[in-house]
Amino acid sequence: MNNGQVLVELEHVSQVYATGRKRFYAVQDINLSIGEGEFVCLLGPSGCGKSTLLRLITGLQRPTEGVIRYRGQELRGVNPHASIVFQTFALFPWLSVQENVEVALKARGIPPKIRTARALDLLDRVGLDGFENAYPRELSGGMRQKVGFARAMAVEPELLCLDEPFSALDVLSSEALRGELLELWLDGKIPTKTILMVTHNIEEAAEMADRLIIMGTSPGRVIAEVNVELPQPRHRKSPQFLRLIDQIYAILAGQTQPEPVEMGTAPGKPGVTRWLPQIQISDLVGLLEHLAESSQPTYDIYQLTEDFGADSDLVLRLIDTAELLGFVRVGQGDVMLTPLGETFSEASILTRKEIFSTRIRRLPIFQWLMNMLHLAENQSLKRDFVRAAIELELPPAEAEKQINTIIEWGRYGELIAYDDETETLMLEPLAGAAA
Amino acid sequence: MHFLKSPIYELKQTTREFRWSDAFVLLTITALLYTGVYFGFRAPEVVKGPGITLEPSALPYYALRSVLRMGAAYLLSLAFTLVYGYAAARSRRAEQILLPTLDVLQSVPILSFLPVVLLGLNAFMHERLAAELASIVLIFTSQVWNLTFSWYQSLTTLPRHLREAAEVFRLNWWLRMRKLELPFGAIGLIWNSMMSWAGGWFFLMAAEIFTVGERDYRLPGLGAYLREASHQGNVAAILWGLGTLVLVIVLLDQLVWRPLVAWSEKFKLEMIEQETHASSWFYDVLRSSRFSERVSALWERIGERIDEWTLRVWPFRPEHVSAHPQREDVAWRLFFLTVLLLVGYGTLRALHLLAQVQLSQWFAILHGVFMTALRVFVALAIAFGWTVPLGVYIGMNARLAAWLQPLVQIAASIPATALFPVFVLMLLNLPGGLNMAAILLMLTGTQWYLLFNVIAGTMSIPQELRFTVTLLGLNRWQRWRVLILPALFPYLITGAITASGGAWNASIVAEYVEFGGKTLRVNGLGDLIAFSTAQGDFPLLLASTLTMILTVVLVNRLLWRRLYRIAASRYRME
Repeated sequence: MNNGQVLVELEHVSQVYATGRKRFYAVQDINLSIGEGEFVCLLGPSGCGKSTLLRLITGLQRPTEGVIRYRGQELRGVNPHASIVFQTFALFPWLSVQENVEVALKARGIPPKIRTARALDLLDRVGLDGFENAYPRELSGGMRQKVGFARAMAVEPELLCLDEPFSALDVLSSEALRGELLELWLDGKIPTKTILMVTHNIEEAAEMADRLIIMGTSPGRVIAEVNVELPQPRHRKSPQFLRLIDQIYAILAGQTQPEPVEMGTAPGKPGVTRWLPQIQISDLVGLLEHLAESSQPTYDIYQLTEDFGADSDLVLRLIDTAELLGFVRVGQGDVMLTPLGETFSEASILTRKEIFSTRIRRLPIFQWLMNMLHLAENQSLKRDFVRAAIELELPPAEAEKQINTIIEWGRYGELIAYDDETETLMLEPLAGAAA
Repeated sequence: MHFLKSPIYELKQTTREFRWSDAFVLLTITALLYTGVYFGFRAPEVVKGPGITLEPSALPYYALRSVLRMGAAYLLSLAFTLVYGYAAARSRRAEQILLPTLDVLQSVPILSFLPVVLLGLNAFMHERLAAELASIVLIFTSQVWNLTFSWYQSLTTLPRHLREAAEVFRLNWWLRMRKLELPFGAIGLIWNSMMSWAGGWFFLMAAEIFTVGERDYRLPGLGAYLREASHQGNVAAILWGLGTLVLVIVLLDQLVWRPLVAWSEKFKLEMIEQETHASSWFYDVLRSSRFSERVSALWERIGERIDEWTLRVWPFRPEHVSAHPQREDVAWRLFFLTVLLLVGYGTLRALHLLAQVQLSQWFAILHGVFMTALRVFVALAIAFGWTVPLGVYIGMNARLAAWLQPLVQIAASIPATALFPVFVLMLLNLPGGLNMAAILLMLTGTQWYLLFNVIAGTMSIPQELRFTVTLLGLNRWQRWRVLILPALFPYLITGAITASGGAWNASIVAEYVEFGGKTLRVNGLGDLIAFSTAQGDFPLLLASTLTMILTVVLVNRLLWRRLYRIAASRYRME
């Protein structure tokens, strides 16, 4: 469907967040162009800046550096030819379904009669006739998002932006809604020229898009582009589709590197600091046990997503953690348990804690923290102090998450104790003696 | 339980001790007070108020006048709120002024301004107009801050996705306000309006009649009626007056506030269907009537016209494309500099005036602070003494709570200042009568807050914990120590902050009374303020007013706020 007309163009676009004197890149040096007739997906793990990129493209935010053009014109302010379907629906709860759609038309100065007719027509097309007078809170998640779609399409945008539109829905309604959107799009029933969707769900992206723009984290950047040549409708079980998925996982999960590269450096040291992934330790244990139970020597990552019925994002983070701790090796979209990982999954609770403890001691960030704690008075540090140190390299919200993860891992590994009342991190007495 | 939505709950946002901006606000108040005092010198020596008749037939008229006065102040507050809230939410500068102003003013005893404002205004205008304006200004000052803060807060906490939707779908400022911001802020605005009205009655009752020496300011209204009635010792008239006041408050509650609350349910942001709804019989009647259908249809047509008109006049402007940041910057600096100069000048003059206060008078002020503080403390202690056991008892018995709550709410709705003349009449002839009356007044102003907070605190204790305590076989004392008191602590502190503020306010009307031709005084800071006004001793008036403001702000910051922080961090039920 791509007829070659370029709709959106990004040149060296970066978005910087400044807190105090420190600057952090949300996205860095993005170059990209999106043509008419394309269905493009921005795909990447959480925190890679894909939602920021969507906001830049729609003009909700202005890039700190670089230029964004729409049909050759530099974008100033919010793009009048674009509309958004929001992850959280963003419906006005005090307006009825019909009023929610109409308000978008009213703002464009469309007179009442035409406005009502168009709103009813669109609600009809997304299958909401009969619900015009309902309020959003009376509807299920899937139906609310249909209102979101109807509102976004009512203004007849050339560029329809979807910001994780299905991720707040349950599995069945998101499946249904995806199908319905594809039908409207493929049959040309809507005047939309181009769809740009942000998602972290690999299967979803592969099923719907013509082109995938895959993003990586810290800083958010484009790491790969994949053109999807498979014809619609695509079958999730077909070998071609599975090959595609495998390829995307391979890109996102990467390849296990030699240990010094995997582990990075400590905060404040030259080189890339390796921050801890945000996971629950019980989930990690679950993953390793699952891998140990299977008889295959290597395991497709996409298969894991299916086994767990989990989000691809979560599975990738868990694998990342397991890789960092040396429990698995990763390559070409496959994951393989290491002997250490096997031992861990078969060990008793106490032994697991010991193994975990010895592994996290090797991480530069824990070495850095333990070192500071040894040097500190009473071998304890205020949480705020540690956070301030981390904030030298991470934005405040991220630093907060990071310190929570450090405390959780440190507690599980019995390296670090934490007193919530005084907000103090301490060396576990035993850990101190052994170190 | 709408009394719980006090602005104090917002303190969480601003739990800090001092900043330069607080000092700035305090200095501004000083400069303003000085201005009032300066003009106060020029107020006429003798003022004769209109006669207040005690005929019950005059009561509807008086009630109407009082309600109109409240209404005028409220409309003023609302207009100020909308404008200032927008300014504060849009510009960081306005925000930097708003928050500390609010912070200081919500703890300042506003009644202490009354003499200064009244005398100052009287220098310019006829005393009737001055008294009318002074009462409105006073009520405005008591009503406006929590409203403004609520509006400001809802503007700044608008969910990001809704703001973005308004932006993407190109709502101009009017549609944005009508479809997004006002609906989002409606619930907060309505609750806070109710709070403001409840507080407003307190000040109205005190502001309608004010005697200082030969100057007798009075306004036709319920407050003046009540005062006059007790002045003459006319018990029947007192009862008529109180009855009318309660009737007015109940009517307003039933015909205005409850319907508004019921209506505002639709602005709830939660996407979950609720089990219980706020109900109002009057709202149901209104909604089902033919008349209201016509009104809403008409309203819709008018709204449509206005929407279209605004869209033509003010088309959508994208948010982040701001035109002249630099020019704005310069204008702001100029404005700030001017204010700073004025405040500086005012403060200097105020200091000059304060230099005339003799050392012995300063000692009297210190003594007054001590005595009034003692009275406040006694009132609080008594209030704690009875509200905690009773509140816990009510809170533990759901059936009792349902039965008692309306009664308690009516009792609580009577402004303490309306009851004061009655207290004086009752206790006048007992030894220490005025002292007792003063404490009683403070008590009436404070106890209800505490009671409501205790009930709410008790109800917030999870059922599982209550069961656990019973299962563990803890005795009564252990139950209180392990569960009830810790759970109540944040609520007690919240209640006590408001209560002590109210008590200080009350001291101004309570410690110096002109009654039946006699002047009755007890030692205290409030007495000094009223006394210096009567004597025309403006340096002393300024000194004692400033001292009271400073004392209350300090007590708030150094005592209550610290306790509040402990309460918020350690004794939270989550």
